[in-house]
Amino acid sequence: MTLHIGFPTALIYYSHFPFWQGYFNRLGVEIVTSPPTTRTILDDGAREAVADACIPIKLYHGHVLTLKDKVDALFIPRMVRINRRATFCPKFLGLPDMVRATLTGLPPIIDLQVDAGRGLLGLWPTCRGLAELLGFSLGTAWPAYREGNKHQRAYEELLRKGYLPLQAMARLRGEAVEAPSRQPGALNLAVLGYPYQVYDDYISLDIIGKLQKMRANIMTMEMLPPRRLFQLSSRLPKRLFWHFSNLVIGATYHYLQQGDIDGIIHVTAFGCGPDAMVDKLMELDVRGISQGKVAYMSLSIDEQTGDAGVTTRLEAFVDMLHQRRENR
Amino acid sequence: MKKVSFAHMGYSYLGFKQLVEDMGFAAIVPPSPSPATLDRGVQYAPEFACIPFKMVLGTYLEVLEQGAEIIITSGGVGPCRAGLYGMLHEKILRNLGFDFEIFVFDPPLTGLWRFYSKLRRVVRGAGLSWPAFVDVVRRAWAKLKLLDALEQLASNTRPYELKRGETTRTFHDCLKIVDQARNLKEIASARQECQQLLQNIPRDPGRHPLKIGIVGEIYVMLEPFMNLEIEKTLGEMGVVTHRSIYLTQYTATDVLAHGTMDVRQLAYPYLNQFVGGHGQNSVGETILYARNGFDGVVQVAPFTCIPEIVAKSILPRVSQDFRIPVLSLTIDEQTGRAGVETRLEAFIDLLRERREQMEARPYAALLPGY
Repeated sequence: MTLHIGFPTALIYYSHFPFWQGYFNRLGVEIVTSPPTTRTILDDGAREAVADACIPIKLYHGHVLTLKDKVDALFIPRMVRINRRATFCPKFLGLPDMVRATLTGLPPIIDLQVDAGRGLLGLWPTCRGLAELLGFSLGTAWPAYREGNKHQRAYEELLRKGYLPLQAMARLRGEAVEAPSRQPGALNLAVLGYPYQVYDDYISLDIIGKLQKMRANIMTMEMLPPRRLFQLSSRLPKRLFWHFSNLVIGATYHYLQQGDIDGIIHVTAFGCGPDAMVDKLMELDVRGISQGKVAYMSLSIDEQTGDAGVTTRLEAFVDMLHQRRENR
Repeated sequence: MKKVSFAHMGYSYLGFKQLVEDMGFAAIVPPSPSPATLDRGVQYAPEFACIPFKMVLGTYLEVLEQGAEIIITSGGVGPCRAGLYGMLHEKILRNLGFDFEIFVFDPPLTGLWRFYSKLRRVVRGAGLSWPAFVDVVRRAWAKLKLLDALEQLASNTRPYELKRGETTRTFHDCLKIVDQARNLKEIASARQECQQLLQNIPRDPGRHPLKIGIVGEIYVMLEPFMNLEIEKTLGEMGVVTHRSIYLTQYTATDVLAHGTMDVRQLAYPYLNQFVGGHGQNSVGETILYARNGFDGVVQVAPFTCIPEIVAKSILPRVSQDFRIPVLSLTIDEQTGRAGVETRLEAFIDLLRERREQMEARPYAALLPGY
């Protein structure tokens, strides 16, 4: 009987899932993901998780709940660092402990630490630990690790070509999905935010889909090489501590330099700690660097945010940008 | 003479005032935080920044208007947001049109050279030699230590006082005495005098007060305005409180070294990772308080404080395993005194009840059949 390991469709799913899928598949372990977010999943998570947590964390609890009776073990890696430049948000650092303390009746949790800050070995130490834990030899783990890297590289390649994360994953599964092509003359909007917030269609209220329907070209931070984003983020007097925040800030600077961007939309979760800082920095710098040429909107989303409200705000923003273009 | 200011955190402002004045600057002592200070901070701070950020921003606005030219503050290494406050405060204040210099000191171990060069700029600016500067620091440190000792003594005395409010009054008299003491000798005699004053408060030694440990985030714990004077409130309800953080002890263990390892080790089974700020400490210290026979623990945390949210979600499990009641208080600009007092009263009632039950148990064993 093959081992079934649960991987919640939240948080690092949108940035690192292909690696883990490649790795586990090659080992012969079945990886089970939770279904896309629904109202029930979010409500369950919000009920169980600590009240002050941000939505993505509550949502993660909800996804864990949907998986807990279907799998032999849950894979909740403790994401500490994936490069030497920054750590993850403290809620990622404490994630396995939070889940363990909050939810009951869970299958065993695999909470190995991912800390690629020190050496050149990347995720290998974690993979080696996993193989030892699950009883595979290092001889089988190494090709699996390589396989994971291959998947991740292919995934990131697709993202840079303009695929959105879910499309890129569908493409990797072999479905015929095409990246949205850029339409000349349409508005260019950068939609920035943490992947687990922007690409979860339910909690982001499908902002990207809505904007695409309004005929806007969407740019995201995944379309840029992370190395460049980190370079740009060091323009701040002190580099931010958090991985995704650096990417968002770097992308802001990149799109401000690019010059053909009409507006930047920052998607943030209610109660997100790092974003309190990031949002203010973006607001001040977008205004300061572009001299008012680039419009900035911050969309904060919580459990209560309504679809209609977001649509109205997006429409107003897009209308305003159209008008600006005409006046120019 | 340059005008120098700093953030207001508890009673430490007396120590920093002395430090700045002894260096030959004019100290702009930050006014005690008030609702007005907080309002000004809230106006310009990001909505979801934690309350210390807003409070400190409000304080800076006040001292800058009083003419401060240099602000000295502490940094941090993350992943707690406090480490970036210096940068964002500076950006916001400059955007508002203020002209000033800000020195943000990160813990020296994270970058000895950077720490040294910053310090050199400050010391040179003051026109001090290094030995003279060391002397200045020693005096300020002695004062800070004295303040911590007095605070601890006051919260140990308060539940026994016969006349309600007497300890707090005496403590504020002591602050004035400490403020007057300028050199090591005077500080030593101020210590004698203040300890005598606090010990002479008429008390009822027959009381058997509850013991509550306070854990949480450093700023809301140290600043009485922020935590709605939790130590005084609890003390006057008849509870001995012990804070897990005192400034000098924290500086010695966490800023200059790598943290209190025993507390972190206690937290390992529940939180096996440093999450920034005092998240891991809050978990470990709760266990420590449980082991030392405290009746309960109160966690104070600013709203949206990331490390404390991690701790808060783990504390219920710790509370269950170690059989120690834990009350989590989340504090933001809307927190009202009456609400907090009610919750504390209810918590204390619960602890009293619990203690009575535990004390009754041995007798039950003595009298079988009843």
